[in-house]
Amino acid sequence: MSYKIVSKQQLSENVFTIEVEAPLIARARKAGQFVIVGVSNEYGERIPLTIAGAEPVKGTIRLIFQRVGKTTTQMADMNVGDSFGHVAGPLGKPTHVQKFGTVVCVGGGIGNAPLLPIAQAMKQAGNTILSILGSRNKELLILEEEFKIISDELIIVTDDGSYGRKAMVTEPLKELCRRNPKPDLVVAIGPTIMMKFCCETTRPMQIPTVVSLNTIMVDGTGMCGGCRVEVGGKTKFVCVDGPEFDGHQVDFDQMMKRMTAYRKLEQQALDAYQEHRCKIGLDQR
Amino acid sequence: MSLDEARLHELLQKQQAGQVKAKDRYEIPSQPMPAQDAVVRRSNINEVALGYTETQARLEAMRCLQCKNAPCVEGCPVRIRIRDFVAAIADGKYDEALAIIRENSLLPAVCGRVCPQEVQCQETCTVGRKFKDVDKSVSIGRLERFVADRHKGGLLPKIAPPTGKKVAIIGSGPGGIVCAADTRRAGHDVTVFEAFHKPGGVMVYGIPEFRLPKAIVQEEIDVLKKMGVKIVCNFIVGRTRTIGDLMKEDGFDAVYVGVGAGLPRFMGIEGEQLVGVYSANEYLTRSNLMRAYAFGKGSDTPIAQSKRVAVVGGGNVAMDAARTAVRLGAEKVYLVYRRSEKEMPARVEEVHHAKEEGIEFHILQNPKRILGNEMGHVVGIECLRYELGEPDDSGRRRPVPIDGSEFMLDVDTVIVAIGNGANPLIQQTTPELEFNKWGNVIVDEKCATSMKGVYAGGDIVLGAATVILAMGQGRIAAAAINEYLAKG
Ligand SMILES: Cc1cc2nc3c(=O)[nH]c(=O)nc-3n(C[C@H](O)[C@H](O)[C@H](O)COP(=O)(O)OP(=O)(O)OC[C@H]3O[C@@H](n4cnc5c(N)ncnc54)[C@H](O)[C@@H]3O)c2cc1C
Ligand code: SF4
Ligand code: FES
Repeated sequence: MSYKIVSKQQLSENVFTIEVEAPLIARARKAGQFVIVGVSNEYGERIPLTIAGAEPVKGTIRLIFQRVGKTTTQMADMNVGDSFGHVAGPLGKPTHVQKFGTVVCVGGGIGNAPLLPIAQAMKQAGNTILSILGSRNKELLILEEEFKIISDELIIVTDDGSYGRKAMVTEPLKELCRRNPKPDLVVAIGPTIMMKFCCETTRPMQIPTVVSLNTIMVDGTGMCGGCRVEVGGKTKFVCVDGPEFDGHQVDFDQMMKRMTAYRKLEQQALDAYQEHRCKIGLDQR
Repeated sequence: MSLDEARLHELLQKQQAGQVKAKDRYEIPSQPMPAQDAVVRRSNINEVALGYTETQARLEAMRCLQCKNAPCVEGCPVRIRIRDFVAAIADGKYDEALAIIRENSLLPAVCGRVCPQEVQCQETCTVGRKFKDVDKSVSIGRLERFVADRHKGGLLPKIAPPTGKKVAIIGSGPGGIVCAADTRRAGHDVTVFEAFHKPGGVMVYGIPEFRLPKAIVQEEIDVLKKMGVKIVCNFIVGRTRTIGDLMKEDGFDAVYVGVGAGLPRFMGIEGEQLVGVYSANEYLTRSNLMRAYAFGKGSDTPIAQSKRVAVVGGGNVAMDAARTAVRLGAEKVYLVYRRSEKEMPARVEEVHHAKEEGIEFHILQNPKRILGNEMGHVVGIECLRYELGEPDDSGRRRPVPIDGSEFMLDVDTVIVAIGNGANPLIQQTTPELEFNKWGNVIVDEKCATSMKGVYAGGDIVLGAATVILAMGQGRIAAAAINEYLAKG
């Protein structure tokens, strides 16, 4: 299998979307599932990425990623025609989709990518979709058009007020939750801290809130335990028990600490790679 | 001529004259395994045990009494004709010895290295019994390794004409490899599906290079490929395709499920979610499969850069994790085990090597909680001392905690190696299959499951077991599959 990149687009300064050949995954995947990709087969990280969309007939899946560490920087340097070392999936349990009534979809930053297929599936199941998309500024906002198509209402917020309202996503979320009748479900996907505060917002109003967790992963089959989080006081493995959980049960503080485990080493790897890019002239392209 | 060579020469002459007595055999010293220096090997990942020389192998083989009843064979889970292959080595007929082993075991280079011989063939060996010391038994495993290593490249077995039947093997561990080889030999069209990006199962991602060089496993995989077995990696059965899809839509007539163990157990104590707490599986996968040991030198898999490490457990997995931590640069590595050393399930040789490498054993102790700093990083582990009480169900004396015996170990990393549950994916996605309450697949004596045409073996059936048991079940399942496909 080749896992070739067939298209690539830059969505914002650091966010890219690519279409990759993976016919079996394209056929099997459902909303909410993810893949684990690796740039090389011999060395390197295996990183989880949500499947943002798929074309079963063409045999491709769509991935959206943010350039943050060494592996994602390397991926951003790849071009149409280049291939991944490996892509495995679809992993995780699919989103539980049914007609709930009104579903509020809250996306923050790159979280809009995993949120989109879920929002689409919820729409298709006959739900009313109220979307809140947040980003630091106008340039960093992604997938606005896609959300516009499926949302009955779309609210945009930015940290600096350069687009939409100047607010955090929790502000309009609170307003929507206060409506009568109140929404039946909230789906929040974004930075861990954002998901935490969304859950704090909906908890007092007792609105079920689903979050999708993006922990560190290794195998994705339930073998290593690297992806574990505490949910309702029990250890859960995100790759096989998730990635979606009842947000009111998740211990976000623990999770945030665990996410920082490799920050220093990741920076080292990134620095070394940047230096290497410099030497071979990649950054002049 | 060296002393050993002279001794061998003399013995061989006596042998020819038919004059070697049991007493002569008892007098041959048990041959030690040459090994890398304990200090040097702390900073490399190369294999520790270097293998017998030819002289050593023949001397060791001469120690065998050729017992009529061959109790060693009884002790071997796959009934290798041990007495006969050892005799062949004594005679210098190494190819013949290998052929004898291969009648029953397809992975001698692996098993010679990782089997717990001291509780299998060597436990029952008459020589060991005579000296009342299992360490004095004929070193059957080392001899097995010796003949396997002499014959690099593997033998290509004969393959029957195509039957038109398709077999899917799920998981490329030892059970899967053997089942693939045996069903392919019968002429079936065989595909191995593996979730990881490299085949080999635990032999690749779990057992470290310094104990089982990856090139050996690769050779076995290459033999499979040469036999015409297809190997598809990055394919997660249950997710990419289900067993039902494979059989109903993709035309597979039979399936072997060999997905191994999963869901590492944690202790359920305070602090287990802290940064710096690993399951041994994660720690070993990062360093073996993803080569974290080469971080900054080609690899970018991060792993804790530990100074002081506590490994919890007493099995092979715990030894492997502790010895890996040493090689990744830890200055102090503690091994914390709840029972006494006698009860450690690890191979004796690994325990011995671990001690030589400076790992500090904390026996009859068990963690109570793991302490962290404000950043959520591990800073220590509080342990309790234990004493041995009454025997439990397993017949081993139950360790009981001594009240008020708490003490602290200063560590920045804790690796938990206390076993695994079953891999959950197949259960989640195959409603037709029957599982027991621990999530292991239920099979009959032929390794057949409750689903027609589906067989299973290895750790997913036995719970965490051994390479040789997984291999044995792979064989039994293959025979049953071949029989099943011949009928229909
Ligand atoms: C660190 C460590 C050290 C050990 N040391 C020893 C030792 O010294 N001696 C000994 O005898 N035994 C040892 N063992 C145990 C031994 O390795 C296992 O008992 C044996 O490997 C089990 O073999 P298996 O055939 O069940 O498959 P495994 O080797 O467990 O392999 C299963 C394979 O299936 C793949 N898989 C899982 N799910 C799926 C899926 N859904 N679809 C496709 N593929 C899937 C996995 O990625 C894996 O490659 C050790 C184990 C570990 C972890
Ligand atoms: S039991 Fe020991 S001495 Fe007897 S045949 Fe087996 S290996 Fe040889
Ligand atoms: S990623 Fe290894 S168990 Fe989830």
